[in-house]
Amino acid sequence: MASTARRDAPEPPDFGILKRLARDQLIYLLEQLPGRKDLFIEPDLMSPLDRIANVSVLKQHEVDKLYRVENRPAPSTSDQLCFLVRPRVRTMRYIADIVNADKMSGRSRKYKIIFSPQKFYACEMVLEEEGVFGDVTCDEWSFYLLPLDEDIISMELPEFFRDYFLEGDHRWINSVARALQLLNSLYGPFSRVYGIGRCAKMSYELWRDLEEESENDGQGRKPEIGNIFLMDRDMDYVTALCSQVVYEGLVDDTFRIKCGSVDFGPEVTSSDKSIKVLLNAQDKIFSQIRNEHFSSVFGFLSQKSRNLQAQYDRRQGMDIKQMKNFVSQELKGLKQEHRLLSLHIGACESIMKKKTKQDFQEMIKVEHALLEGFDIRESTSFIEEHIDRQVSPIESLRLMCLLSITENGLIPKDYRSLKTQYLQSYGPEHLLTFHNLKRIGLLTEQAAGETLTAVESRVSKLVTDRAAGKITDAFNSLAKKSNFRAISKKLSLIPRVDGEYNLKMPPDMAYVFSGAYTPLSCKIVEQVLERRGWQGLEEVVRLLNGNEFAMADGAPEDGAGGDAQRVVVAVFLGGCTFSEIAALRFLGKERGCRFIFLTTAITSSARMMEAMAEAKA
Amino acid sequence: MSRARADEEEYWHSSKFRAFTFDDEDDELSQVGAEPPPRPALWGRGPTLVCAQTVFFPQLKESKRAVNSLRDIVDDDDDDLEKVSWSGEPVGSISWSIKETASSSSSSLEGRDTSLQKGSSSYAALPKQVSSYSLSSLFKGRNRLPSLPSLSDAFSDTGVKNYAPELRRPRAEYKDYSNDWSPRDTVRRMQRGKVCSLERFRSLQDKMVLLDEAVAGHDGNVITAVLIFLKRTLRREVLFRELEVRQVALCHLIHFLKETGEQKLLLDLLRFLDRTEEVALSQYREHLNIQDVEKKREFLKGCIGLPFSAEDISHIQDHYTLLERQIIIETNDRHLAMAGQSEIFRKYPRKASILNMPLVTTLFYSCFYHYTEAEGTFSSPTNLKKTFKIPDKQYVLTALAARAKLRAWEDVDALLTTKNWLGYTKKKAPIGFHRVVEILQRNNAPVQVLQEYVRLVEDVETRLNLATKYKCHDVVIDTYRDLKDRIQLMAYKCKVERGSAEEEKINSLLSNMQIRWKN
Repeated sequence: MASTARRDAPEPPDFGILKRLARDQLIYLLEQLPGRKDLFIEPDLMSPLDRIANVSVLKQHEVDKLYRVENRPAPSTSDQLCFLVRPRVRTMRYIADIVNADKMSGRSRKYKIIFSPQKFYACEMVLEEEGVFGDVTCDEWSFYLLPLDEDIISMELPEFFRDYFLEGDHRWINSVARALQLLNSLYGPFSRVYGIGRCAKMSYELWRDLEEESENDGQGRKPEIGNIFLMDRDMDYVTALCSQVVYEGLVDDTFRIKCGSVDFGPEVTSSDKSIKVLLNAQDKIFSQIRNEHFSSVFGFLSQKSRNLQAQYDRRQGMDIKQMKNFVSQELKGLKQEHRLLSLHIGACESIMKKKTKQDFQEMIKVEHALLEGFDIRESTSFIEEHIDRQVSPIESLRLMCLLSITENGLIPKDYRSLKTQYLQSYGPEHLLTFHNLKRIGLLTEQAAGETLTAVESRVSKLVTDRAAGKITDAFNSLAKKSNFRAISKKLSLIPRVDGEYNLKMPPDMAYVFSGAYTPLSCKIVEQVLERRGWQGLEEVVRLLNGNEFAMADGAPEDGAGGDAQRVVVAVFLGGCTFSEIAALRFLGKERGCRFIFLTTAITSSARMMEAMAEAKA
Repeated sequence: MSRARADEEEYWHSSKFRAFTFDDEDDELSQVGAEPPPRPALWGRGPTLVCAQTVFFPQLKESKRAVNSLRDIVDDDDDDLEKVSWSGEPVGSISWSIKETASSSSSSLEGRDTSLQKGSSSYAALPKQVSSYSLSSLFKGRNRLPSLPSLSDAFSDTGVKNYAPELRRPRAEYKDYSNDWSPRDTVRRMQRGKVCSLERFRSLQDKMVLLDEAVAGHDGNVITAVLIFLKRTLRREVLFRELEVRQVALCHLIHFLKETGEQKLLLDLLRFLDRTEEVALSQYREHLNIQDVEKKREFLKGCIGLPFSAEDISHIQDHYTLLERQIIIETNDRHLAMAGQSEIFRKYPRKASILNMPLVTTLFYSCFYHYTEAEGTFSSPTNLKKTFKIPDKQYVLTALAARAKLRAWEDVDALLTTKNWLGYTKKKAPIGFHRVVEILQRNNAPVQVLQEYVRLVEDVETRLNLATKYKCHDVVIDTYRDLKDRIQLMAYKCKVERGSAEEEKINSLLSNMQIRWKN
């Protein structure tokens, strides 16, 4: 993209093997239930499954009909039912209902539950309670890692965010540890491990435990990945809450990229049907614009169109032989390019249309003001008006959270009035959403900190020192102060630029937010990699509430380790946005290293806000 | 769970134990037919098995050693077990895969047969297919294992045969069960998905050591597993007391109770912890699951007395009042719409019911359908405004949108007109006139209406922008005149129609000698 790399970044390792492993294990598990069977698939697992297998693979292994696990009785008539599910209590009840209904009607079938990525004891408990334990057999499909692109691996666990950060449930830490173990065994051993955040630390410790047990014979192997960096999402909520303005982020915010593909509706395709498009490095147009600031995308696309036109126009002067060559060799590629080009142009138009309707310019201005900490009153009234006009419940919530985090909480008067107006505009049941946001620390009142310390000290009196430490920890994780302003200053997250920020040839990672803000999460990664540890960042670490670590396992010095030392896995626990991916890709190009993204799920401000709402049971 | 508990209590509290018979299992098996025997060593079921086996101690003294070693195995190598097919051969071995192919190919052959014999249903194919998994084949497999005869003799009549496939590898040495795994090892094994009986953690201290180990192990799945066990074996007050100082474990229990829907226990726990606000919210949350509006209304009424914070109590009160109001309006309007007498409902049929909508939506609805009603009626906008203390700004915004949608421009005018105490009228918009213009424009207001409000936009630049954008020529011309900007005015001349009144106006202004142009 921008500046030329000093050293070419190494190619990413081939992650295709992860898909093959997952597919082979699934086939093996399906064969454990020989004969024809109907397969019930959890909706959340359908897209990931699509990425590694297809129906014909399933049919080859005697899967007859496919059903979606939902709250409806199953019409299946097969004698063998197989359920491919996430380990959830309500899914267990659904399955138990099917089994029990069969029992009542005297029907006998075989049932098999395949949990992905792992089975939970609570699920077995439900099966036992429902009286179907033993009637069903259980298996685990250790499908931890889904490569979405050449440098993105997702665990496809969006619920991780709510489960860990809101509910304080550590259920997925084991899955993360196993995912790390798998990655380490295939592409490691990683020689340097860095991390920050409570969850990062716990995952790391559990992973270490697992490694110690398994006699890993990978020592002699040549590693493909040398470094790994683990980070909790709550280290940096601000970045995730900002409007995205790089192309891939905008596409995600506008159309929702799901499992690496997007459904472009009629407004994009300019026909009457939707088209599902896989967005990855293979898409020659997309791969060139995905990381670009939106303002540069138009220019690029129109340039591309002109080139394409010129290539088509070459036909004019061709003789028959040349024409034959052209048709057989180039035309197909050109047509493909043409198709992609028109899709992305359509997407751009659609994005523009939607954003103009939403006062996007004004909104971005408010966001930048919040990030820099001026005009707080104006920003607050902008948010208020946004709420009053019922523009969008999610956007209103996002802006309030951004205001809260950058300001270390809202002043009580504002909190009350914004909350009241929100409930009036979008529904009183959002009282529960506000409660959740307060608990997770995304939307707080400035005085809240004091009451919390009161409870804390009261509880601390009751217990021994060791336990008290744990409690303080727990409280910290639940509602810690964001200290954003101080951190921003310390790390100079707001770039000082004389004149116009050059978005076409950006000087730093801040370009992903129009040059107004360097994503905190990416800045931390940059700083730690540069310093090979946390030395000199003590103050930042303190403001982030600690839990940092850095380990070097006989890491070879620079140059000695070969390419692997220039490959870094950035692990985002609780989700990672496309803006962060773009920023680190930029950093990688600048520094000649390659970032691989491992995330519990791709996230965005909207997904985070939605995760805070209470749904019907 | 409940079954395991029942069994266990039965055993520990009664001298004669009869509840558990393996025959039950057999019946179940034959009923299910093709179902392979349940793997006994799975967590949760473990305790039952252990208890049951303890019963045989007095009867089978001589085989005590064997029993103990059985327990050891049963509780031990379940991960190995998973790799053993029901015929006792390790999965993946050649003989296993041959058998698999045989059975699957025979079943597919059968499938073909039945499809050939038209009319016969798949029912015909079922028994044969099942036969390769029948119990008898299972035992054949077992007998082939060399180390087994003595053990199986010892159990010849007890029905333990269900678990026979697991009896392959008795340990040479017997390790005392109760000392088998330390809390730490127990947690580690559970983290690896292996099976461990927790029943031996009986003293409170042991239980808490186990819980603390689970928390220290960082695996939430194991923490929850231990909590399920504690919940079953401790009186709730004792459990709550212990959890009060164990925040991480407490979070897990609360989340678990939420997921399993054990609302009563959850509320007890929250009350015990003095988290009264959460008690209230957690109860209030249940309204989301109530479909029937009348029931929901009753439920919300009950919520008003809950220990919410002072601030939230008014929100709850409002929620109740709003739904109550919506029910009245809905009943009335549905009736009106059906009768077809009311013009507004005929001209603009309702798209959806107003039930469960937010307040602002309700206000919009009321401004749309019931704008002129007297304040006394429940459906009138002014009544809503008063009842819910809707701020002026919010009210004007919503009313404006509703009246503009109906193109009732006089209402718009009245809404934005205020009278001062001298009786003079003045236009006032608490939301800013640029917003007014935006709303009117979106509803395709005619230029005459639009320009009246564009003229009132305070900021000159915004005013010019809006006026130009929406072709309010008069406003543009007047603004340039006020700015004394001759050049811009001349430039604007080419944007208006030739020979129009606007052009004439510009010309007369430009020739007006009294204006002191700035350029």
